[in-house]
Amino acid sequence: MNNLQNGYNDPLDAFEPKQARQLSRREFIKLSGMGAGLALAVVSVPFSKSATAATDGVEYNLFIQINSDGVIRIYSPNPEVGQGIKTALPMVVAEELDANWSDVVIENSPIADEYGRQVAGGSRSVPTRWDELRAAGAGVRAMLIEAAAGEWSVPSSEVTTNQSMLIHAFSDRRISYGEVANLAGELSPPMVDSLTFKNPEEYRLLGTRITGTDNMALVTGKPIFGIDLQLPNMLYASYTKCPTIGGRVVKANLDEIKALPGVITAFVLEGTVGVTSFDPRGVSVAPGVAIVAESTWQSFKARDSLKIGWDTSEASSDSWSDYVEAAEELRGKEGAAVLLEQGTAAQVINDAATKVSSQYGFGFVSHAQLEPQSCVAHWRENMMEIWSTSQTQSEVRGSVAALLDMPKENVIAHQYRGGGGFGRRLDNDYVREAALIAQRVDAPVKLQWSREDDMAFDFFRVGGFYNMQASVDENGKLNAWNSHAICLSADGEKPNSGAGLRPMDFPREMLEHFKHTQTLLPSKTPTGPWRAPSSNSYAFVEQSFVHEMAVVAQRDHLEFLIESLGEPKWFKEGDSASLNTARAINVIKTVAERAGWGTKQQPVGRALGLSFYFCHAGYVAEVADVSVDKDKKITVHKVWMAVDVGPVLNLSAAENQCQGGVIDGISTLMGLEITMTKGRVDQSNFDEYPLLRISSRPKIDVHFVKSEYSPTGLGEPAFPPLAAAVCNAIYSVTGDRIRDLPIRKAGYTI
Amino acid sequence: MISLSINGSSQSLGDIDPETPLLWALRDTLGLVGTKYGCGIAQCGACTVHLNGVPVRACQLQVGNLEGQEITTIEGVASEDGALHVLQEAWIEHDVPQCGYCQAGQIMSAAALLAANTKPSDEDINTAMAGNICRCGTYTRIVEAIHIAARKLDQGGTA
Ligand code: FES
Ligand code: FES
Repeated sequence: MNNLQNGYNDPLDAFEPKQARQLSRREFIKLSGMGAGLALAVVSVPFSKSATAATDGVEYNLFIQINSDGVIRIYSPNPEVGQGIKTALPMVVAEELDANWSDVVIENSPIADEYGRQVAGGSRSVPTRWDELRAAGAGVRAMLIEAAAGEWSVPSSEVTTNQSMLIHAFSDRRISYGEVANLAGELSPPMVDSLTFKNPEEYRLLGTRITGTDNMALVTGKPIFGIDLQLPNMLYASYTKCPTIGGRVVKANLDEIKALPGVITAFVLEGTVGVTSFDPRGVSVAPGVAIVAESTWQSFKARDSLKIGWDTSEASSDSWSDYVEAAEELRGKEGAAVLLEQGTAAQVINDAATKVSSQYGFGFVSHAQLEPQSCVAHWRENMMEIWSTSQTQSEVRGSVAALLDMPKENVIAHQYRGGGGFGRRLDNDYVREAALIAQRVDAPVKLQWSREDDMAFDFFRVGGFYNMQASVDENGKLNAWNSHAICLSADGEKPNSGAGLRPMDFPREMLEHFKHTQTLLPSKTPTGPWRAPSSNSYAFVEQSFVHEMAVVAQRDHLEFLIESLGEPKWFKEGDSASLNTARAINVIKTVAERAGWGTKQQPVGRALGLSFYFCHAGYVAEVADVSVDKDKKITVHKVWMAVDVGPVLNLSAAENQCQGGVIDGISTLMGLEITMTKGRVDQSNFDEYPLLRISSRPKIDVHFVKSEYSPTGLGEPAFPPLAAAVCNAIYSVTGDRIRDLPIRKAGYTI
Repeated sequence: MISLSINGSSQSLGDIDPETPLLWALRDTLGLVGTKYGCGIAQCGACTVHLNGVPVRACQLQVGNLEGQEITTIEGVASEDGALHVLQEAWIEHDVPQCGYCQAGQIMSAAALLAANTKPSDEDINTAMAGNICRCGTYTRIVEAIHIAARKLDQGGTA
């Protein structure tokens, strides 16, 4: 419910620059010695369409170009996978530039070191870009003002701006940004400390509803996704890997395949030995057989005739049922490894009159982003050019260069919109496959994964288990907590990516007696970040368990939850990753009030469930209104959300993320599970992986609380609270405490 | 030599394998990439097009069986003078998409619904849209946008 640490290994930590990056400067500019000037030099990346298109107009810095006809081009640096960042980041620039939004044209920026962390993950795009984008906008605005002041021979301080216009009120003169664009381009960029920023009250764009910049292209079917890219003479490839994860190709009937209609060539990629683990910068490639053909369909159809001999000696032999058995063995016990301990939690719980001991479990899940992985790669004269939907664009070049053993300068990357991400596109496994295939073909090649490939070869959200024990004192107040994470581990030393979350601020800070232990179960199945890594499963455990405690204490859940959070306090003042219980209590009280918690009698068979979670710097509380009939069919009538992620940049996109988080939450809670048997994934397509359909959607009430804190991302915190809210409501209706996800395993349907 | 009538004009597919799914013929052969691949097994609806006005899954139709039939894709939904379909307008204004990958298929299913029923109820929408998955969870806005489009239609909008 608060900042919980992902065992030892937040998978995205590797991407965090050591310290906050200073403003990018492509070339040295006159303000020597200061790292914070704005770059004036023109963006020039080889093969980059957006950069070379800048024939008319001035590129003031990495983000802004203004043409003399008044068109303002803003380059959006971070990958768009449906989180709305391609619209949100340019809004920040345009706000401080004081641009008229209708003058703005948004383009993807090139992939280049100057742009720093070009990653969509961890809900960090907004917080990490906030300062530099505001400075980029305000800096160019200052240059335009100076240019206009020079033009009019008046002091800069007398010139104001209003939506792409420069105004000298005393002499009633006006000139547009476009008209002084060239003049301003000759000026030195200002120092960041000299810039004036708008007060939030002056915002015209931020906090309003701005529709997605690609909406027109999307609804008219324009080619904007990675999968849509077509290049002249392009060929199409499929890639068949061992169904037992980590198997190696021993032999394949390549000659037969090469003779099939449309097939240009077929070959084996030796790949890496054994199972590969999540590493966006890595060089591993799963072994397999590539078929290159004249069309996607031909490359797919030829797979039906493919006969491959596999060596599975290094492959995974994981079976989900083994983990379920192992967890059963450990039920009620502590783990051998004690990770955190204060007081005498085990003793206090043992001696308590009112206590609970429960085991929770949750399965693996697939990312199932709707656009299956694809990547176009083109090899020529020792240059590799890549067009991908990677969520870690700034790692693509390095990863491919290391794989091909060539300088990074020889790899060019372009970003394309991804049809959903949810963390799947953080790893560049499919990009590396495409690069290796392209290296052996004399044309651009599009590697296309089938849905079946996508489901079998994921870096899954890891499954796992928690033993939870706690007690309340004679006043019904939580007084001791003892949790035991039973988690999967590839190396036997630390939990896998996304596994083994352990409580940090809550409830440790509020309790004298607290203990957390861990058991690692060996596993080879690849796992990786999935929307709100770790929190996506642990929130269900923690918030269901808190409700269990409220029930045994015979307390109102809302009152118990708020009391458990203790006094309003920010544990590490100034650190957005640290729990601020004042903000937590505020969203909990707000959602309870909006949902009418405790104020109305629910009809028979229907109840409200409450949940709260803090992660990725965002505070989200939810109430779900749920009914359950005698056949265990549930209806989620309505979900209320109260959210504190600081000031919201784009109300429309933020609300969309929240609605999506609820739908994704119900979908995952109800029916989604990946299992594996002896190293093979049992599910292959959506018929066995039932994503929620439109008729099961609830009404969703999204409320953003007024917040003075800095803005933080929303893609991830919008997901975690839902499962516990619904399960707590189901308990209140039926008395059935659900401790295993997905709940269709317990016979529930929606 | 197979040729199809697509968005009102006849298109030759050359010497294509007649078993090729319409989905891949549209995307690879004709470059009409608005129709999307999501599952290939009639589960997700991302590939929805109209066959003689009826919404169908392009991943399930072999081009060899389509000679002489009228096919409409997302690229042919707007009217010839370029005016957007009321659904396209509603989708943009109501900011329906997240990743947007499912949305062409959603609009095709919704367009067939509106063509048959200009004032659909929530129930009608649930039924007509049941075959279209949105992984990002934009269902709330999809339903709202269909109602908005129906109102636009009532006020003389283009369908
Ligand atoms: S691709 Fe045709 S229904 Fe999914
Ligand atoms: S908007 Fe992403 S799948 Fe629907």
